Amino acid sequence: MRLAAEASYVVRIWIFLENIRRKVLKIQKDEVTHVAHLARLEFTEAETEKFTAQLNNILIYMDMLNRADTTGVEPMTHAIAQKNAFREDLVKESLSREATLANAPDARGDFFRVPKVIE
Amino acid sequence: MELNQLTIHELQEKIKAGETTSTEIVQAVFRRIDAVEKDVHAYILLTREMALEGAARADEEIKKGNIKTLTGIPIALKDLLCTKGVTTTCASHILHNYVPPYDATVVEKLRDAGAVFTGKTNMDEFAMGSSTETSYFGITKNPWDLERIPGGSSGGSAAAVVADECIAAIGSDTGGSIRQPAALCGVVGMKPTYGRVSRYGLVAFASSLDQIGPFTKDVEDCAIMMNILAGYDPRESTSVPADVPDYRQFLSRGIGGWKVGIPKEYFIEGIDAEVKDAIQQTIKVIEGMGAKCIEVSLPHTEYCLAVYYIIAPAEASSNLARYDGVKYGFRSLDGRDLMEMYKKSRSAGFGAEVKRRIMLGTYVLSSGYYDAYYKKASQVRALIKQDFDEAFKQCDVLLTPTTPTPAFKIGEKTDDPLQMYLSDIFTISTNLAGIPGMVVPCGFTRAGLPVGVQFLAGHFEEGKLIQIAAAYEKNANLGKRRPKL
Amino acid sequence: MEYDPVIGLEIHAQLLTDSKIFCGCSTKFGASPNTLTCQICLGMPGVLPVLNKKVVEYTIKMGLATHCRINAECSFARKNYFYPDLPKGYQISQYAYPLAEQGYVDLELEEGRKRIGITRIHMEEDAGKLMHDEHNPSSYIDLNRTGVPLIEIVSEPDIRSAEEASAYLRRLHEILVYLGICDGNMEEGSFRCDANVSIRPKGQEAFGTRAELKNMNSFRNVQRALEYEIKRQQYILEGGGEVVQETRLWDDTGGVTHSMRSKEEAHDYRYFPDPDLVAVAISREWVEEIHKGLPELPLEKRERFIRDYQIPAYDAGVLTTSRALADYYEEVVKLSGQPKVASNWIMGDILRFINEEKRDITACPVTPQALADMIRLIEEGTISGKIAKEVIEEMYKTGKPAKAIIEEKGLVQITDEGALAQVVTEVMAANPNQLAQYRGGKDKLFGFFVGQVMKATQGKANPQLINDLLKKMLAG
Repeated sequence: MRLAAEASYVVRIWIFLENIRRKVLKIQKDEVTHVAHLARLEFTEAETEKFTAQLNNILIYMDMLNRADTTGVEPMTHAIAQKNAFREDLVKESLSREATLANAPDARGDFFRVPKVIE
Repeated sequence: MELNQLTIHELQEKIKAGETTSTEIVQAVFRRIDAVEKDVHAYILLTREMALEGAARADEEIKKGNIKTLTGIPIALKDLLCTKGVTTTCASHILHNYVPPYDATVVEKLRDAGAVFTGKTNMDEFAMGSSTETSYFGITKNPWDLERIPGGSSGGSAAAVVADECIAAIGSDTGGSIRQPAALCGVVGMKPTYGRVSRYGLVAFASSLDQIGPFTKDVEDCAIMMNILAGYDPRESTSVPADVPDYRQFLSRGIGGWKVGIPKEYFIEGIDAEVKDAIQQTIKVIEGMGAKCIEVSLPHTEYCLAVYYIIAPAEASSNLARYDGVKYGFRSLDGRDLMEMYKKSRSAGFGAEVKRRIMLGTYVLSSGYYDAYYKKASQVRALIKQDFDEAFKQCDVLLTPTTPTPAFKIGEKTDDPLQMYLSDIFTISTNLAGIPGMVVPCGFTRAGLPVGVQFLAGHFEEGKLIQIAAAYEKNANLGKRRPKL
Repeated sequence: MEYDPVIGLEIHAQLLTDSKIFCGCSTKFGASPNTLTCQICLGMPGVLPVLNKKVVEYTIKMGLATHCRINAECSFARKNYFYPDLPKGYQISQYAYPLAEQGYVDLELEEGRKRIGITRIHMEEDAGKLMHDEHNPSSYIDLNRTGVPLIEIVSEPDIRSAEEASAYLRRLHEILVYLGICDGNMEEGSFRCDANVSIRPKGQEAFGTRAELKNMNSFRNVQRALEYEIKRQQYILEGGGEVVQETRLWDDTGGVTHSMRSKEEAHDYRYFPDPDLVAVAISREWVEEIHKGLPELPLEKRERFIRDYQIPAYDAGVLTTSRALADYYEEVVKLSGQPKVASNWIMGDILRFINEEKRDITACPVTPQALADMIRLIEEGTISGKIAKEVIEEMYKTGKPAKAIIEEKGLVQITDEGALAQVVTEVMAANPNQLAQYRGGKDKLFGFFVGQVMKATQGKANPQLINDLLKKMLAG
């Protein structure tokens, strides 16, 4: 059996058993909607359902990380730890306004325009 | 042999000897593109006029005797690299009309070396994928079997090289996006050490994992490309100021006396039998060259996928927040106010896989979950890196399969994201640890699909990779097969 | 029931670097919209930030000036949220590992000194400017300001009144300006203040629920807003209600704070370490080097002026409102040797002149040398103090030295006793009635005679001599 298929099969069984054990989803639909809002995305009912199921599977799989012993381990935020990457305080030429606004979906005069923010 | 079928070093010889011109080479490449591109679809954008103009200029320089490393050589660029004045779409609807006002550092370097650009190659949207099936601009087919995927996310670059639609190409690798397509398309691919090649101008997917690297037809070309691409860039804070050796010096050294580590966790049951066979054959060839293959252990391998699929989407969700329809790119006109504009632009502008990863990334960073997911994953990441540090104390390089299977069929894995993610299991750990990895072709399946072997080395030891890859290439006697297009 | 306010202030100060924090665009204020931007501060695809070293230097300076601990290592984090003036969809800031922590400033209040703790100081980038169209539902964005370096200074909730808050603001303001790292212009937005306000019953230790106040764009408005908010919260509690934790905006025209609550959602900033930036390691040597280069700070300078020059606290306060003014004053003292006299002339006349014309002391036509010379001329008796008032005005208008003006206008003080006695005699003769009244006991008329002598001498008579002569001669 191909590894991917076999591994995925194993993962599926595991997820099934985990779900039974927990009797609860890792992420509910309303939380998915909230996360979508944070990310400024919107989904149809059907898409939200699908995402919820897919994200659930992925998040349940992530639980395996809890088996790793990380006591006293510093989080690794960079592949190669370096310090003090500086530049001098020198002014460089900016882009022209034309270049700055060239890709703007809606430029008005000297500005970018957007629909009003409701304050 | 057609000019477009040659390697960089072969063309360098011909150019120096006056046997050919850049214009002839570029014309040959575009003849090939005209013939096969409709089937392969390796490119999002062809820059024929610019290429011919570039070739004409190159020929002027050649006449004057100003021949630089890549003068007149046609190179393709993954559409994730900013090219000034030329659209850079990242294969996404949300950037379908975006024209950068600047060149990426590697693009500048290639230009300075005299390269001529053939166009921007196809990829998975925002580099998120392993099959080049998520591109807004259509699928790229594997030149060896047009019903199969070329791998991803740099599928277009890999396909273009093996189909001789360019002489070499540039891709990017965040979780295997150079190496996996290289293996599935039967070309040489290198992911350098993190910080070796400048990321300035590479549209970011996962900032702590992304690296740019070359696709080439042989190992010598890879060394030539690496000489140009590698180097410190003050415009990138994470660029490492390490000296760049002349990578060509590693081409003719052997590997007698080397210890080659075979990580046992990468040889579990379930790898496709033919892939396994090809790798075993490779190990025999390596041993035949005077190296000793020893078993090593990378005990945290099982966590790699989970760690990657927390860190990469987390960083991506932040990196992709700038695509909001305000300053550039696609903006939905259906939004009645700002909030709607944001949501409709992003929802219509991004494809499903990108949205899925943004959702996952946003979730794992969100209030209450940061420690359990992102922090935990970052800690396990440190353990994964430690595994490699330990392993490299015992051996010069590691040897692993690149993919669990040869190229799969188009559409085979698109329904199950987790299944798709699993095809990255051998390449992901490399990006997490920041070490370099190189893939060379090592055989074919009975169906004629390429298999690639992966070599891994310690930080800034690309030289070792080239050394073993070159030695292997010479001794492997794989013969010259070309895809039938 | 009596309530005590508990206030914490968050200040954002724009740093006076030439270029932005993560790119080389100029930080100049007031440029034409969207002309000081590049692909980096615009957050275009593929760009990367590189930290301006001067920003670190300036932040260390502020940390030292406020007695903070400068952390040996600090790093950047991304604060993720969507807003049109935030090009990347995240602000690069510092979260878990700020540059400086646990400092304080001392306030000089009427009741005495009070120490306000500073929780932390960190570096971050500014956002752009959003302008709203009144006539149609559009907003316009100018991104010149994105990437201008900011430091955020967070105080402990040690402030207990609107007056204290004002004093704290002024302290920080003068330190920032003295260090030369910020121009402290609240109107232009280079110095901004947000406040956290709560109240609690007198004697209670636990803090009440706090409200966050924003949009206070002047020192006066900060004080007004705080006063209003304290009253508002008091009114709620006295009525048996509960204060809601929320953000409120100060409405300058209405003189009230408005809740933002209905439009605001709890922000989940999803902070995580910025993978594009590496850690900042600050060595002891670097800190010491910067420490050596710190100018004398306003509080210390004031204390020194009072101590060494024996001038009152009020004078010291006025003379140290800017480093330039303090330097001007000290130069005059050095050259004239008369600290109190110098103080009087600067506070009384020089400041009046330059404030009228809205000039800075550095552009004052009267140089410290010139002023010192004038003071010496008074001391020598060449001119009287009264005449000097004319002279200094002329010096300011023309930039000429005192000596030249005195000679031109013939303002030299008359000190010849004989000549003055002559004048007194003439005045006495010209005013027989007043003379008789004076000799008859009307002492008040002494001043009249002084005035008459002064008039006759065009103010040039030496006042002391006149006094002595009149006393002698009027007596008969």
